[in-house]
Amino acid sequence: MNMTKIVRTTADLFYPFCLVFGLYVVLHGHLTPGGGFQGGAVMATGAALLLVSRRYADIIQSLRQNTMKLCEAVGLLMFITAGLAGLFAGGAFLHNRLAGAGGLFGEPVAFGANPGVLNTAGLIPLLNIAVGIEVLGGLTVILLYMLSGLKESEP
Amino acid sequence: MITRLLLAMPFLTVAVLLLLALGALLFKRNLIKMLMGLSLMESAVNLFLVAIGYRQDGIAPIFTNAPQTLMVLPTVQALTLTAIVIGVATSAMMLSFAMVIYKKYGTVDVRNIRKLNG
Amino acid sequence: MRTALFTAILLVLLAGFLQIAVGLPFGKPARTDMDDYFLAHAQDQAAANNVVTSVVFDFRGFDTLGEATVLFTAVLGVGMMFRKLKPGEEYEHD
Repeated sequence: MNMTKIVRTTADLFYPFCLVFGLYVVLHGHLTPGGGFQGGAVMATGAALLLVSRRYADIIQSLRQNTMKLCEAVGLLMFITAGLAGLFAGGAFLHNRLAGAGGLFGEPVAFGANPGVLNTAGLIPLLNIAVGIEVLGGLTVILLYMLSGLKESEP
Repeated sequence: MITRLLLAMPFLTVAVLLLLALGALLFKRNLIKMLMGLSLMESAVNLFLVAIGYRQDGIAPIFTNAPQTLMVLPTVQALTLTAIVIGVATSAMMLSFAMVIYKKYGTVDVRNIRKLNG
Repeated sequence: MRTALFTAILLVLLAGFLQIAVGLPFGKPARTDMDDYFLAHAQDQAAANNVVTSVVFDFRGFDTLGEATVLFTAVLGVGMMFRKLKPGEEYEHD
């Protein structure tokens, strides 16, 4: 349903901050509370803000359903590929070989309390990003499908 | 006696929430109200899972700038994360079922939705 | 008749749940062997500061793969409900 111009302008100004905060929660999942699922839900809140303040016919031109379906499929495929990479390079499925081995995300962590370093924890940030993209795509696709079933959204 | 009752407050809350949600499922006729009862039951079970894993005077199990080493149990919180996501998935599916049922029958009263073909 | 039966079932369940709720110890979990192992070895084997994330994605990563698949299947189910019907097709198949 179309809301007033004040609401639409505020939603347009506000949704980039939601996306940035969600990305922060996803990326720092191995240091602070958070991770893939939580950050993906925060990012889907930004998309929901756009969907609430406009009519379905206006928003379907910019927030396309096919783009969000692609996001969701790419997220799940990235998760499975990261697991298979651990299988082919020796070890088990989803084996965390990059932890403590130098290189990308590879610094070791000493035991006990410490200020966190972003470069640690091996395969975990990659899995966080994959799940974050999947949850953003999945929740937005659910919202778009449910909005398309309303009586006012039929052409 | 009073102290023991106050110490068990999280579990008493879980029991009350479970029974209220079960009452909503059994006594209500509207489909949307029954779905609200189911969602409330899922929230009560998540609260029970988190309350099981509490250690006295423990902090959250995160080592970044941690003031002490005694922490609560981390496995139960991982179980709760999975349970919350599965609750979202089933709620989305059930609500879309309710929308299509309303489109076909014109009502969401479960006493009138009884035609089963096949 | 049905209302009385359901109320009786709810009262019996209330008594049972209250008995269990007062009997469970709050703040002293019974067995903590697995969680002590996770707390002691998360920074050494998974190299992450957040123990819950290392349990979800490293020690028990296979369950998270199943959960991501469940979310994908739910979106599939919702998409199946809202498809556009072809002309001449209605909601009920006889």
